[in-house]
Amino acid sequence: MWKWLHSYAKTERVFTLCNGLWPFFLWPSFVLILIGCIWGLGFAPKDYQQGDAFRIIYIHVPAALLSMGIYTTMAVAALVGLVWQWRTAFMSVIALAPVGAVMTFIALITGAIWGKPMWGKWWVWDARLTTELIMLFLYFGVMALYAAFEDKQLAGKASAVMALVGVVNVPIIHFSVEWWNTLHQGATISKFESPSIAPEMLWPLLVCLLGFSLFAAGIVCLRLKNEIVRREIHRPWVKHVLFEGKN
Amino acid sequence: MNLVNRVYQGVIVREFILAIRQRGEVLQPLLFILMVVTLFPIAISPSPELLSRIGPGVIWIAAILSTLLSLERIFRDDFIDGSLDQMLLCGIPLSLITFGKVFCHWLITFVPLLIMTPIFALLFNVGGHSMLVLLLTLLLGTPVLSMLGAIGVALTLKAKNAVLILSLLLVPVFIPLLIFATAAIENASAQLPYLQQLAIMGSILLFTSAIAPFAIAYALKVSQD
Amino acid sequence: MHLISANQLTCIKRDRVLFENLNLDVTQGEIVHVVGENGAGKTSLLRILVGLALPSNGEIYVQGNPLTENPEMLHKILVFIGHKSSINGQLTAVENTLFWLKQQGIEGNSDEIERVLSQLGLAGVDDIPVNALSAGQQRRVALSRLWLKPNAKLWVLDEPFTALDKSGIDVINQRIHSFVEQGGTVVLTSHQPLRLHEKIRKFAMEYRF
Repeated sequence: MWKWLHSYAKTERVFTLCNGLWPFFLWPSFVLILIGCIWGLGFAPKDYQQGDAFRIIYIHVPAALLSMGIYTTMAVAALVGLVWQWRTAFMSVIALAPVGAVMTFIALITGAIWGKPMWGKWWVWDARLTTELIMLFLYFGVMALYAAFEDKQLAGKASAVMALVGVVNVPIIHFSVEWWNTLHQGATISKFESPSIAPEMLWPLLVCLLGFSLFAAGIVCLRLKNEIVRREIHRPWVKHVLFEGKN
Repeated sequence: MNLVNRVYQGVIVREFILAIRQRGEVLQPLLFILMVVTLFPIAISPSPELLSRIGPGVIWIAAILSTLLSLERIFRDDFIDGSLDQMLLCGIPLSLITFGKVFCHWLITFVPLLIMTPIFALLFNVGGHSMLVLLLTLLLGTPVLSMLGAIGVALTLKAKNAVLILSLLLVPVFIPLLIFATAAIENASAQLPYLQQLAIMGSILLFTSAIAPFAIAYALKVSQD
Repeated sequence: MHLISANQLTCIKRDRVLFENLNLDVTQGEIVHVVGENGAGKTSLLRILVGLALPSNGEIYVQGNPLTENPEMLHKILVFIGHKSSINGQLTAVENTLFWLKQQGIEGNSDEIERVLSQLGLAGVDDIPVNALSAGQQRRVALSRLWLKPNAKLWVLDEPFTALDKSGIDVINQRIHSFVEQGGTVVLTSHQPLRLHEKIRKFAMEYRF
């Protein structure tokens, strides 16, 4: 098991894996997102309190969950890279970061759009939104750090350290902002905490969530593939794969 | 010579002589804070009540932003001219050297700030008790700024446009500190207990001092490759 | 027993393999001259050898002990002069050297430093900031370290002769000569031919794509 896991430190192995997997992620994800959105937007019942406005949940919640999930995955990859010095782990950190950043951005935008009818304001400094905003900065930090070094190996290590610092920092920020919030303003957020969601509303949400996750996984596979090719362009096996169309 | 003596005579004294030779650069952050502190009342309103409400926050934000200006001094010159190589090879544990350098950075950039704070506080009509608490939060918080900042600098030694990246890296990390500091001062001005917040800041300080020298040393080694 | 040896070193930089499975054993009293084109990885090899950089693979042994486990053992006997001069432009020659000595834990006084500096032709300019000196003079300030660490057994020098004039090169050649005569060991890179009586081992590195 251990040996098998370590074999994925090799770039060729990961390239082949990603090359094989991405179609299985990407194509079903399109179908799932389409089904989830049509179901959620057209057929799920109205919320008794929020009316049709709640339907943005089908984009907002998957994006928000994934922004955190991808960050955690990235931190795990960073840890693996730093502990066992796997080059492929550093490459996955950078393959994950922009995807996570986009998810965070979608979550923020949809959150603001949802906030307008619900709270009457586009932006409220509540714990979740603030944490999400900081997370966007952390993603930017990881990406900027990677872009700033010419030596991509060093860049990978530096961004991995950054990703780990962030994973310690995010919960601290979340709790301190939450605490700071209760100090400053009343419970504006309580409106947000709806009672447990009805199953007719939940099913399309789950479909959307699965679709979004597969979509992210597919994109990450493609990005990792590209990253490996870009970094290993001088290696014979890459030339073999690229120019003879064989893989 | 024992280790502490070597760090003192070889690193700390050197930092101070360099700071004296580069006075202009060293005073830059303080001047920056002075600018911010002057511009704020002009931009917002000179009403004493408002100023005393926002004053401590403004001083804290100015301190954080000025840190970003001064941080590069800790390692950059020594990295560029190769002195860092000699420090890595001199036989003193790297964490001890980084501790010495960060301590000097704090003494050189933040102690003048602490001395100037009562004057800034007067400009913002922050008086008596609140000013004392403001000083306490700065005393507890600024060493954390130096230490965390040093990790960031060590990590970005070889980076292009390092200042921009440094701000992206450090601002999120500084947020909790800012929250507790301003909350403590606000409580103090409202005659509420504030020891809890100060205690949290103290624990952040202790935690960072335990971790930072090793994290900085690791980051420096990574940057050497 | 080898004083220092590199075992199966691999160095990958910017995703390019500089060298792979490189072995180098240095015995006491030897002069090893690392030669190779620009970009062949000479500087990287020297930095890995003293522990400033980590190899992608392989290990360095100092008198049979892994370097990563006990770096102090190497630090005690080593003088490393890198490709960058390691002197601060704002400090004078004497200050630069004095702080280096303090870091190394060597009791040194400024009289001794001034004596060495005047031997290197720096008398009279040793108390102005190094920025005001020429490149060759700055290099001489860095090289003064070769005289000041009495218990050094190994010198690792990366292009020590850059920017030096003929008399400077002669002084350094003589210093290397007397150091090796007393049982010292030298690993160096240089594009200038070495003018030494001792037997020099050439260690060739190739540029790889």
